[in-house]
This record gives sequence, C-alpha cells and structure tokens, in this order.
Amino acid sequence: MMKDEIYIAAVGQIPVQEHWNTSLRELAALAIRALKQECQLGHPDSLFLANMFAPNLSNQAHLAALIAEYLGWSGIEAVTVEAGGASGGAALRQAVLALRSGMVDSAVVLGVEKFSDKIGADIDVALATTLDADFESMHGLTPSAQAALIARLYFHKYSIPSNALAGFAINAHKNGAGNPFAMYQKAISEDTYLKAEMINPPLNLFDIAPNADGAAALFLVRGDHPAMRQIDQKIKVSASTLSTDTLALHDRRDPLDWRTVRWSIQKALEQANLSLAEIDLFELHDQFSIYLPIILESAGIVTPGEGWKLGADQWTGLSGRIPLNSMGGLKARGFPGGASGVYQAVEAVNQLLGRAGKNQLAHPHHTLIQSLGGPGATAATHILSCE
Amino acid sequence: MEIARHWRLKKQRYGLVGEVCPHCNFKIFPPRDVCPNCDGEAKEPYTFSGKGEVFSYTTVYEAPTGFEAMAPYTVALIKLDEGPTITAQLTDFGETPVSIGMPVEMVTRKMKDDGDERGVILYGYKFRPVMRAA
Repeated sequence: MMKDEIYIAAVGQIPVQEHWNTSLRELAALAIRALKQECQLGHPDSLFLANMFAPNLSNQAHLAALIAEYLGWSGIEAVTVEAGGASGGAALRQAVLALRSGMVDSAVVLGVEKFSDKIGADIDVALATTLDADFESMHGLTPSAQAALIARLYFHKYSIPSNALAGFAINAHKNGAGNPFAMYQKAISEDTYLKAEMINPPLNLFDIAPNADGAAALFLVRGDHPAMRQIDQKIKVSASTLSTDTLALHDRRDPLDWRTVRWSIQKALEQANLSLAEIDLFELHDQFSIYLPIILESAGIVTPGEGWKLGADQWTGLSGRIPLNSMGGLKARGFPGGASGVYQAVEAVNQLLGRAGKNQLAHPHHTLIQSLGGPGATAATHILSCE
Repeated sequence: MEIARHWRLKKQRYGLVGEVCPHCNFKIFPPRDVCPNCDGEAKEPYTFSGKGEVFSYTTVYEAPTGFEAMAPYTVALIKLDEGPTITAQLTDFGETPVSIGMPVEMVTRKMKDDGDERGVILYGYKFRPVMRAA
C-alpha cells in the first residue's frame, strides 16, 4: 500500500426506486447513514456532491452546502459537481484530484437524484436540458430520441436485425434480479422485450433505463490515512480520467464513434498499467441499450458493427468472457441521474470485496467503470483494483 | 419565455444563416466563429440553401412541456447539401414513409408554444420532402 495512492475506504447505497416519502436531502442522508455503517467518517474534509437536476426538478441550487449542513458537517468544503449523466463519475474524479493535490485528507463522494417530485412532461423538460438547448432541445429532441437517432443510424449502417439490442436488456434484467438495491429485480424473456411498447423507434421501453430516485456514497482517503489501518481488503483507485466532446449529436463527425469513450479508457489503462484483457468487470453507462454496442466498439473491445453481438449471455453475462453491468446496470438497477456513476463505483467495490451476493463474480481484481453524460459528451472512467 | 435568447437566434431560425471559414471554405452551422475543421477564425456569414437529406430520424410520442400539442412528431438529423448536419423536425410528409437518404428542404413552421404565458409563438426551421413540379 502506497501512502500517495487513493483508496475507497467505504461505500453506501440505498435502493433505487420512487421514494415518494423521502426528500432530496433525506435521500442523501440515508446513503451517508449506510456509508457510516462501514467506516467511522468523523467530519470528512470535503464533500463532492453529484447531482444533475435539483435546480430543475426540486427548484434547489446550491445543493452541496445544503446537504453538508443537513448531514451535520457544517464548515467542511462542499461543492456540487454537474456533468450531465456523468456527474457521478465526474464527482469521483474531483475527489481523486483533491486528494492527490494533498489539500484535503479525506473526501466523500455523494450522488443523489430526486426525480419523483415531478412527473411526465416536466421530467422530459429537465432531461432535455442535458442536450444543446439552442439547437437540439429547442427542436423537440429528448435524450431518448437522440439515442434513437443513433440506433437508427447503427441499424442502417450495419444492416442488423431489429432485435439486435435485446440481449443487453435481457442480461441487465437477469442481473437486476440478484441486486436487492435494483429498481427492477425480475428477469425478462426475449418475447417480453419484443412485445414492448415503442418509445422512440427503433427503441422500445426495454431499451431505455428508468428514471428513479437514488443516493449512493463513497469515502475516499490516501493510503496514509488512519481509516486505512482498520481495513484488511483495500480497494485502490488505480486510474481516473475524464474527457469531453460536443453535446449536440449533429456536431459529431461520426455519431457512431465516441472518441471520449476511447480516450478516457486508453488513458485509464495507461495510468493503471493494464490492458483491456486484464479487466475482470466492466460497469458501463447503459442509459439506452444502443449505448452499449457503441461504447464496446469505441473502446476497441470489438470491431465496429460487431458490438451488438456481445449482448449474448456467453459474452457479457456474469459468467461470460466480458462480464458487464453485473448488478443490472442503469437498465435494471435504474437511472438515478447524477448518482448513477456513484452506484457504478459502489457495485464495483462490492464485487471486488466479494460482497455481491447472488451476482458475485469469481475473484475479480480490476473493474473498469465509465460514467457518461449523453453519448460520450462527457466520459469519466475509473479503474478500481483490490490489493 | 426567453425573449432575448429567441431574438438572438432569429437569423438561424428563419434564414438558416451560418458561417463559412475564410481559410478552408468549410461551411458551419450553427455559427460558432471558430472553424471546427481548421480551428481558424470564421465569422463570415453564409446562408444555407435549405436543401439536404434525412440522415437519421425517430418519433417522439411523449413530448416535453411546450411540444405536447405537436406530438407525435418526427425529429431528424438532416445532412445539409453544403456539409453540416443539423437537428430539426420533419413536417408535411403525410403518408410518405420517412427514410434515410430522403431529400428534404427547409420550411418555416411553428416550433413551440409558451403555454399561454405571453401568447408568443416561436417559429423556426423544419424540413419537408422536396416538392417536385407536377
């Protein structure tokens, strides 16, 4: 263990669902309560709060100060990190930078999102704020419609069958069935997938992750922090990167090649001195099923046009060659906005520690988690490793 | 209603006015004053012909606030003849099935209402199948 390395000393999460009885700040407090069950936090030096929509959905800006005080941490450094759907990964990145700088000795990364205080068209308006407001959402585009434009192009370019994305949704729900924190804990059949209502053709209901309330938290320290003395199995952040591209899909040279996905992963592998083949588990941003084949292709895991074939269980299932989204991903665990990237980290840590229950992989050492905002407009990539 | 914001965008919304790069002749829409092709300064206005083809498309059934009256509507990526791709709704295609590669042209249509806040109607570009002389 190196004193300068960054470690995740504890994790906490709450079930992803519609928490009608629980407010934004109470969701945050529940995740911190879960975190405290694993580790004495005291007053952490800093709080990096990941959230996408509080100003829109809860009329609440200045969230980090509000939450820090609500948690009883008055006086600490606390800022909100917003990078669209990548807010969770971006907040983790900020915590790593802060700890590496030496200016803080401990950091809490807390992702929280409260969707259910609004309904229907108002949620669609909030979601659409993550697009280019003047030239995309002004024309009635929504994130799911944008994903459908990508899917239509992908299906057209490679002449693939219309059920090509089914495998990803089926695998996600199969894994969600083993995750007590998942919004959907029931497996689905291919028949159920094929009969689902079209939302934005060619994407149906099962191609789109459900928006839901959630909160998840991480406690990060350097190796020389006293909290590390009590921990036997240590989880190291062995890489941390973030890359950005155009928000508007129409501004991309090739909408099917997500450069930030590739750049952030390549840089992360270099930092960790690992190859793709040494990654035991990938937690990737499946807010829309079409994202997965394009991420896998852009990352160089599979050649362009072949990514959709990896939806099959023997490839990306729990016992497949490239285990993917082991706890259900965004599709089955749910899409709690800015908390999504923090859930990915919690799930990866639980796998590395052998605490993933029914979905436990056999002895994973390195997990790669990637949090996306839109189709790679922001890509935050981390590699977590057990020592 | 963000009046100044919509006013600022009137040349783009009504006239499809973008820019042309004086260094590499790259056509730019929306205008951004920096050429995405060569990174040079590009502030020279350029009016697009409004002709292009459908590059991708989908349908929105459940629309965000302000667009409900139009739902279901078809939104598309349009590849303009001069090069750039833009996002816009398709209109006036009736029973004609939309397909990738379909030739389209710009028209001005109502884009969004303000929910009777001030009664202002926002107009802008949409695209319809190219009309052929009978």
